[in-house]
Amino acid sequence: MRPLWKKLLHFFSSLRLTVVLLALSIVLVFLATLDQVDIGIYGVQEKWFRSFVVVHFIGKIGFLFPGGYTLGFFLLINLVAAHATRFKLTRKKLGLFLTHFGLILLLLGEFFTGLWQEDFQMRIDEGQTKNYSESFRHNELAVIDATNPEFDRVTAIPEEIVATQRVIHHASLPFRIEVRAYYPHAAMQFAEQATSPAPSLATAGFGRRFAVTPFPPPNSDLINIPAAYIELFGPEGSLGTYLVSAMAPQPETFTYAGKTWQIGLRVQREYKPFSLHLIEVTHDVYPGSDIPKNFASLVRLRTADGSEEQEFKIYMNNPLRFGGFTFYQYQMDSANKSTVLQVVRNPSWQMPYVACTLMALGLFWQFGQSLRAFIRKRTA
Amino acid sequence: MKRFFPLFVLLFGVAYLASGLRPTKHPAGFDLDGFGRLPVLLNGRIKPADTVARTTLLMIQGRQRVSDPERSEPFVNSPIEWLLDVIYRPELADTYPTFKVDHPELLAMLGKNADNLKVNYTSTGRKIMAGLGFLPSRHSRFSYRDLTPHFDEIERQTQLASRTESKDRTSFQRAVLALRSNLVTYQRLKYSFISADSPDFFAEVSAFSENIRASAQAAADREAGRPYDADALKRAMDSLQRYEALSEFTYVRPIPSANPDNPTEWRSIGTALLDSYSVGQVPYEVLTYAALGKSWREQNADRFNEGVRVYRMLLEKTAPDFLPKTDLETRFNRAEPFYKSMNLYMLAFFLAAASWLRSPVTLGRTAFWLITLAFIASTAGFLARMWIGGYAPVTNLYSSALFVGWVAGGLCIVLESIFKNSVGSAAAGMIGFGTLLIAHHLSLSGDTLEMMRAVLDSNFWLATHVITVTAGYGATFLAGFLAIIYIFLGVFTPLLSRPIDRNAADSATIGVPKDRETTATTLTRMVYGIVCFATFFSFIGTILGGIWADQSWGRFWGWDPKENGALIIVLWNAIILHARWGGLVKQRGLMALAVFGNIVTGWSWFGTNLLEVGLHSYGFTDNGARTLAIFVIVQLAIIALALIPLHLWRSFANTNDPKSA
Repeated sequence: MRPLWKKLLHFFSSLRLTVVLLALSIVLVFLATLDQVDIGIYGVQEKWFRSFVVVHFIGKIGFLFPGGYTLGFFLLINLVAAHATRFKLTRKKLGLFLTHFGLILLLLGEFFTGLWQEDFQMRIDEGQTKNYSESFRHNELAVIDATNPEFDRVTAIPEEIVATQRVIHHASLPFRIEVRAYYPHAAMQFAEQATSPAPSLATAGFGRRFAVTPFPPPNSDLINIPAAYIELFGPEGSLGTYLVSAMAPQPETFTYAGKTWQIGLRVQREYKPFSLHLIEVTHDVYPGSDIPKNFASLVRLRTADGSEEQEFKIYMNNPLRFGGFTFYQYQMDSANKSTVLQVVRNPSWQMPYVACTLMALGLFWQFGQSLRAFIRKRTA
Repeated sequence: MKRFFPLFVLLFGVAYLASGLRPTKHPAGFDLDGFGRLPVLLNGRIKPADTVARTTLLMIQGRQRVSDPERSEPFVNSPIEWLLDVIYRPELADTYPTFKVDHPELLAMLGKNADNLKVNYTSTGRKIMAGLGFLPSRHSRFSYRDLTPHFDEIERQTQLASRTESKDRTSFQRAVLALRSNLVTYQRLKYSFISADSPDFFAEVSAFSENIRASAQAAADREAGRPYDADALKRAMDSLQRYEALSEFTYVRPIPSANPDNPTEWRSIGTALLDSYSVGQVPYEVLTYAALGKSWREQNADRFNEGVRVYRMLLEKTAPDFLPKTDLETRFNRAEPFYKSMNLYMLAFFLAAASWLRSPVTLGRTAFWLITLAFIASTAGFLARMWIGGYAPVTNLYSSALFVGWVAGGLCIVLESIFKNSVGSAAAGMIGFGTLLIAHHLSLSGDTLEMMRAVLDSNFWLATHVITVTAGYGATFLAGFLAIIYIFLGVFTPLLSRPIDRNAADSATIGVPKDRETTATTLTRMVYGIVCFATFFSFIGTILGGIWADQSWGRFWGWDPKENGALIIVLWNAIILHARWGGLVKQRGLMALAVFGNIVTGWSWFGTNLLEVGLHSYGFTDNGARTLAIFVIVQLAIIALALIPLHLWRSFANTNDPKSA
């Protein structure tokens, strides 16, 4: 009778487990691919790959399935256990070691990418300069002290905090904010045009003329457009209830305590220590066709302290990398002379490169050896 | 005789391949080849008129021959002759049945029913052939004139269909939209070289040309307040209005660029006529195409040929860079290297299969030579395509099909030269034939040498990621087909328990030397080796795709359907290898797994395109979906066949201790 830990080790290091895990991974990837038609690529990643357990329905029949994290975790355990018990590093097994070690790195890399990668977009018109990028999915309540014409002092409150409807205090604000109502997804329109709006609570600002109509949030790749009624309180009492909506083209402006303030719900911004100026966009099609030949944005990058300045042409397959960010040509509106860059920060971006190099070398070594042995046997 | 048989077949194959290289003479002596080689611009690419004729025919009627089942002779001898009739004798071309319609509801809408669709064959032989299904029994192609009375209804249905989102359209709506788009293409083609509504376009442009000076003078006079020739000015304004419309409504642009800085910006006839005022005369190219039309209408071969010859001389000066490519492309079109390779592969498969029954040396060698020949022909085809298009070999679904066959063919040649058991030749024959048949069907959507969209326009990545990942597809399929051969040989023949090796003896099917491995063992090694190869290439291809994605979009892996498909292939190959290493499967299990690899690859290659989501989704049809479903069912049936008890396998029925379990 073997002790339990030996049995466990045997189980976790077995090739049988490898095959089962790989098969489950195939099923996972396949079902996730099909599900993409319904819930979009972002939803699929959250539901299937960046999760421990998946609850999925095919028609009316629901079932549980191990998520990407679970399978990845067990594959890691399986690999480590197999190497701890079964393999010895020899010349013959070198390829196998390299491949498996690369795979470990690859799995970890994908895990860290899920954890750390941040995606933003940056829409710039020709001639415009921007020092911030905007989130694809997240919104924020921005309270801006716009007194100084040279710069704005921004206090950004993430939408998640607004959603809790708690009282919001912030050291840089001379008033507190109370969320009276919050709608995760709502249309804003003139009050007289709205047919079934939410009750209007606005006592100040443009919100008195507008109404919001809540909708269920989209569950695909579309972004949600939140709205909220917020009341501001100074030491002397209420300063009024304002309507804020991500649909509003401009923030609400008011003065308080001798300062000019702006407040609004907007797509979350991330300010950068440098700015991009869009010099020119170009979009060509092949003559006599509507097949796009290229999209390119000529930009000038300048650091905040002016120490560095460079011109760069961003186009498909040619991104700009600077300060840990990578700027990719994402979309273009050449009619309006405007470009959208995708801005990505992924501190672990090099991991897959290292991992894949190791794996490729390992496979080459392993199969090359088999081939050599085969040829030697044939010619002998 | 037996000794010379392989050589004889090889020579036959070479002659077959070479037969398309030289142009055939037109019975009336027209230099159709010369006209076909004239370069024009269509969809961003300078291509010979011959390609325009062929691809347009494929698009609108699914084949290049223009004929009717009730006629013994085709309407025209070649696609280029059809093009000449469309542009210069539309009243004739309008009566050729060139619009394919096979959707039953659409046919009903066009007033077609079982009676008027029936093909009435006059000869008894043809009637029998039709009864057996070798000849069509129903009409499926209709002429422009047939369809003319239904244009209003087609237009109405088009409006309805285009209001529906493309993925929600019914098959009827898709059929209507396709027909209407084909009709528009055909109409625009008519206005591409001359204005089809002009009774004598040559006279018209000649008059326009003569009026240029007079009308310019008249305009200047009017500007200066002097008396002016109002008639000349009015005629000029009318013409310009006409040519304005003509410049919009055109399919191809046949006039070389007038701007040396932008040599690919070719012009339509209408644009060139509008430009006439700045030059002071009608471009010579416009007059040539008009004059060629006159000669073609009058069927005057001498004048036609002279026109082509003189125009060609002009092009040598104005567009010399394009001519070598368009000349080669015309030759390539005529030589049809891929179509001919397909037939050679099929022949090779039958010879290889026959070699297992009798004359293994002679037939096996013949099959091997044929697949080598087909492989060389498709290699030449690839090189020609690369030079003409200026891209790496695989740029779209069509060329990926060609390439899958090419990779599998190459691997089979290696396998066959090592093992000499005709298994490689048979597999090459099957895969080569299958992939080229798929490619043939994919080519029906039009020109297969497309310009690459901005995001894909990177020869570096096309040459690395796309090539390796497609090679991975090819290898995985090869492993699957080798496994199919194992299963069929095992279940239906006794061959697996013996060696087949024509190195050893001519009559390998007779003696069983003890020291030599059986075909079962050999096939297992082959499948194992190819799975290793497939794993390596699928893996490298997939990660190169990740690197490309990281370079272009900022993420290494995005869980896009096509990426997932490639990943599944890698995982599946990894499963096969681990199951084998762990002893979880023996020969038979390995074979069943390898056959399932066909399904996995089929899904990744075509299935993912059916989802219509993601970055890699490029057009695929209902027909494709059905074919894929049939393919999957057949593979499952073969796996089921592999799972029947071993004592029912003919190869293992008498062995007490088969190695495979």
